[in-house]
Amino acid sequence: MILTNIEEVPGRAIREFYGVVSGSTVRAKHIGKDFLAGLKNLVGGELKGYTELLNEARQEATARMVEEARGLGANAVVNVRYATSSVAQGAAEIFAYGTAVRVE
Amino acid sequence: MEQLLVFALLLALGFVSGKTIEHFHFQDLAKRERRLRRLPVLTTSRAPADWRIEDAMLLTGSVVISLDYWKRFASSIRQLFGGNVRSFETLFERARREALLRLKEATAAKGYDALIGVRFDSVELANQGGNGRGTAGVELIAVGTGLRTRR
Repeated sequence: MILTNIEEVPGRAIREFYGVVSGSTVRAKHIGKDFLAGLKNLVGGELKGYTELLNEARQEATARMVEEARGLGANAVVNVRYATSSVAQGAAEIFAYGTAVRVE
Repeated sequence: MEQLLVFALLLALGFVSGKTIEHFHFQDLAKRERRLRRLPVLTTSRAPADWRIEDAMLLTGSVVISLDYWKRFASSIRQLFGGNVRSFETLFERARREALLRLKEATAAKGYDALIGVRFDSVELANQGGNGRGTAGVELIAVGTGLRTRR
């Protein structure tokens, strides 16, 4: 499955459009990571636990989107967008969406 | 009195550690950026016409970064007078450069040699305890389409 965040798949013509496909996931961080983040909020720096958490969540959301596209018979998703909303206290929703297409 | 002491101690801790971490982060960024400076990054969705594109794939790079105690305090003072919040500016600069760098590193690691359609996005994560004081962090994301080209 080819994914791009632009209107086309470079070098390949789009033969068919299947419409919008999407996938989402809500992740909560576990308490240990949260505790470390609390410390990091004093000294500053990267919150590695959160970076990983959100990356995993993004992969999961993408995988669900890809699954939906595959079900429609698509072999690519173009114009993929990610939206993240942070739900109160320690959980975040990641939403991935795009347009499923068939390219040659 | 004791509370004041704890406050001063936290400020000092935040100041020293925050500045140290920031200093090393900037050094590290400069070094890694030099290594990847030949990798073209475009925000346009169209690649230059003379590139022969063989493969394309969506790639991302991201980082979650937090404020230190000192920065948070400094910004609250700054908000009384208005103007540039310098401590936030450097924080965002670091985070954005880090996100782009991770995107470029992912691009190189997966065998792609150029990026087009690059976009930046940022999300403020909900704060600790929900008491409205500061945030747990900010996520900066760089998204782009990696290309394998013959040039």
